[in-house]
Amino acid sequence: MTKRVCVLAGLFALAAALTIIGIIAGDPGQVLTKAVTICLECVGIG
Amino acid sequence: MDNKKRLAIQGLAALIQNADLKGFFTGQISQSATKAFCVPGLNCYSCPGAVGACPIGALQNSLSGMTFRFPYYVLGLLIFFGAFLGRAVCGFLCPFGLLQDLLNKIPFPKKIRTFKADRGLRRLKYVVLAVLVIIVPVAVKMTPAFCKYLCPSGTLSGILLAMADSRLFTLLGSTFAWKVSVLVAVVLLAVAIYRPFCKYLCPLGAFYAPFNKVALVGMSCDRNACISCGACAEACGMGIDPSEEPNDMECIRCGACIKACPAKALSYEFGLGAGAKKLQRQ
Repeated sequence: MTKRVCVLAGLFALAAALTIIGIIAGDPGQVLTKAVTICLECVGIG
Repeated sequence: MDNKKRLAIQGLAALIQNADLKGFFTGQISQSATKAFCVPGLNCYSCPGAVGACPIGALQNSLSGMTFRFPYYVLGLLIFFGAFLGRAVCGFLCPFGLLQDLLNKIPFPKKIRTFKADRGLRRLKYVVLAVLVIIVPVAVKMTPAFCKYLCPSGTLSGILLAMADSRLFTLLGSTFAWKVSVLVAVVLLAVAIYRPFCKYLCPLGAFYAPFNKVALVGMSCDRNACISCGACAEACGMGIDPSEEPNDMECIRCGACIKACPAKALSYEFGLGAGAKKLQRQ
């Protein structure tokens, strides 16, 4: 295995682990709650 | 890849990420459950048509909330996009990249390819990522600094929302005026300079940049075929030399160099190492 393959395998494993932990912790719900409300800072209000 | 094909992909990606078209007329943002998912490019979730969440906005919300939450989910998605596509996200999927590409097509007497501070200024996007996206939101609660003070995609969303809902006009103040000035500066610069926001300010581009070295979607240069004519470097809008480093961190995979190469030495490749599939140019 080349160094690049090892790095990529590590990155995909890390991405999968973080995403799964985040889903278990309820992150998608938090993201959704924020994303369905107008972000006043983002649009320049407030 | 033909530039028209890339434009078509960019247009389609922008449309998919902003598929709630009725929002542009009602001034209401989408309430779709798909907003629990982060899109790969810079697309403000307060855009009236947005059906996904902006990863930079979601990242800052996690970091700047009243109670700190480590952004496992957003970071996981960002690493996945980076490892899979690298900065091909910038070249093909980012709606704000598309806007800059279109602005750069406007005729201008003297297009600026590079200037004295160009190389140094490119490091600014890493500072923006570290300071405005991570450090300030962690240090100052409820302050998504990048979104609040810099993000031109959010300003565009604000303009679109205010156009559709006049009640919002009464709420616009000095922050909006500042953000509009940033947007106007980026728009004007984009006419003369290719993708100034991507080159100098975009924290998402800064995050994806190191992934270019290893991402599944990459580019390769056949050293035996290369005649060192410099046509690729001349064609590159990002100001790099693909024959020297086809997977440079600044490369957005636009494919202009592949089209310009008379020796067909450059190509996209997809996959791992020697087993990577070379994608023939059309």
